[in-house]
Amino acid sequence: MGMTIAEKIIAAAAGVDSVKPGDIHTVKLDRLMSNDGTTHLTVDMYNNKLKNPHIADTSKLVFIVDHNVPSDSPKTAASQKKMRDFAKEHNIDFWEGKGVCHQVMIENYVRPGELIFGADSHTCSYGALGAFGTGVGCTDFLYGMVTGTSWVLVPESVKFNLTGKLPEGVYARDLILTIIGEIGANGCNYQAMEFTGEGAKTLSISDRMALCNMAVEAGAKTGIFEADEKAIEYLKEHGREPKAVYHSDPDAVYAREYTFDLSKVRPVVAKPDFVDNVVPAEEACGIEINEAFLGSCNNGRIEDLRVGAEIIKGKKVAEGVRFLVVPASQTIYRQALKEGLIDTFMEAGAIVMNPNCSVCWGSCQGVIGENEVLISTGTRNFKGRAGHPSSKVYLGSAATVTASAITGKIALASEV
Amino acid sequence: MEKFTGKVWVLDDDIDTDIIIPTEYLALKTIDDMKQYGFSPLRPELAGQIQKGDIIVAGKNFGCGSSREQAPEIIKALGIQCVIAKSFARIFFRNSINNGLLLIEQPDLHDDIKEGDEVTVVMNEHVDYNGKQYPIASLPENLMSIIQAGGLVKAMRKLNGLD
Repeated sequence: MGMTIAEKIIAAAAGVDSVKPGDIHTVKLDRLMSNDGTTHLTVDMYNNKLKNPHIADTSKLVFIVDHNVPSDSPKTAASQKKMRDFAKEHNIDFWEGKGVCHQVMIENYVRPGELIFGADSHTCSYGALGAFGTGVGCTDFLYGMVTGTSWVLVPESVKFNLTGKLPEGVYARDLILTIIGEIGANGCNYQAMEFTGEGAKTLSISDRMALCNMAVEAGAKTGIFEADEKAIEYLKEHGREPKAVYHSDPDAVYAREYTFDLSKVRPVVAKPDFVDNVVPAEEACGIEINEAFLGSCNNGRIEDLRVGAEIIKGKKVAEGVRFLVVPASQTIYRQALKEGLIDTFMEAGAIVMNPNCSVCWGSCQGVIGENEVLISTGTRNFKGRAGHPSSKVYLGSAATVTASAITGKIALASEV
Repeated sequence: MEKFTGKVWVLDDDIDTDIIIPTEYLALKTIDDMKQYGFSPLRPELAGQIQKGDIIVAGKNFGCGSSREQAPEIIKALGIQCVIAKSFARIFFRNSINNGLLLIEQPDLHDDIKEGDEVTVVMNEHVDYNGKQYPIASLPENLMSIIQAGGLVKAMRKLNGLD
């Protein structure tokens, strides 16, 4: 019986020839990432709940401060200090203020064929480079940190056969929201979403990240692409080699298969309070907004900033609207500076922020107040996610978000 | 056969981790400090009403969203002895097991249940409600051993002879 990419990665990590969905295996982890959302809890457990604790392999650990950067309160400062001190004491790779954790990981660490646990639900982003990334809690992280291993229930794989090419003005963000809208918020619960087909090959690494990143919003354990020439080229540019490049076997078994024709995808918006509450963007047009957010691990890359800058060039942010532009990493920020994109945004009246999670997780910059409306390129639009429980979050592409910032209402880029 | 009874609180589909514990309260020092804000965006009064031994019965995709472990910890700290849902989000399921919170998947109970009623759980067999038995599957052995140890850290210590 053939295996899928996800199954092959797990089999290699488990040191066995083959695995099948439903099997439980002990696996060796290639890498572990944790951010300031919960690392302090892991550190507390390590120091207080274990006798004679040790770290299996510090070279496999990465700590990234990205959720509240710079710290927003004495409490946050204390938890970040705990993380900083622990990293220094144990010689753990430590990043602060350099970008959103998943972007930093993709730029600097992730390799095809790796099995990576991250103490953040959007760790599934790493499938963009053909790695199996999956989110875990801080206790699982602790276990992995101390033993170098964990247990994995082998997920079924669901095939997403992508055909055609995205039309002008339609983005990978629209595609993943369309997919989630169709299959539902638990449409792939505990499954691996494998993106494949001729259409998949047309997508950039940034596009692939946008897709894999939101796999968890369909309940998936991970999202994954085969590491093709584009992925290998990206690795080369970043000075890395693959661990292993896997292809799904022709006789691999899938729980289900879907086909999406990219040429038929249109701009969409996810309405509050669920990511699968997806409608054609036209249906949300005209809804007044208070804030617009262009950033996050889903849509804060240079390609997204270029899209936004192109739309807003020579225009102004609507009066009474806060437009937050937050590059996903310093690398992206500096590239945007070089290209003049930051000037374009600032001239239009946008607030350009340092790389971090920002309003996407509702604890840092731009938190919204009572009954306020945000349109966002962030990952979630749950009730109270970005601030007050009565506030509303709409999700859209970089183009839709920027157009909305200009008009003060949800709008299509083609209309501004 | 292990069995227990509890009063039921009913919640709908897609109860996410931002509902279970909003981001703004994650900076509080302890789970005890946080627990009063459990479910506050949805039902601000609920955390104060839950009694030790109560049971949550929910729809599909319970616990979707972030990997924050405070979500199952708060449910446990409020005194909930188990959550019965049509389905659970993956990370929440794993985090709950790791924190010794019992989760039970049952596809039909939610459609029939009334808040405030009592149910009896017969472990690995069924849930009794209103004269009807709702079958439940047994958890895999390795997961059950984690729950019985009181969570992954305790199971880890036990495994390594540290307890």
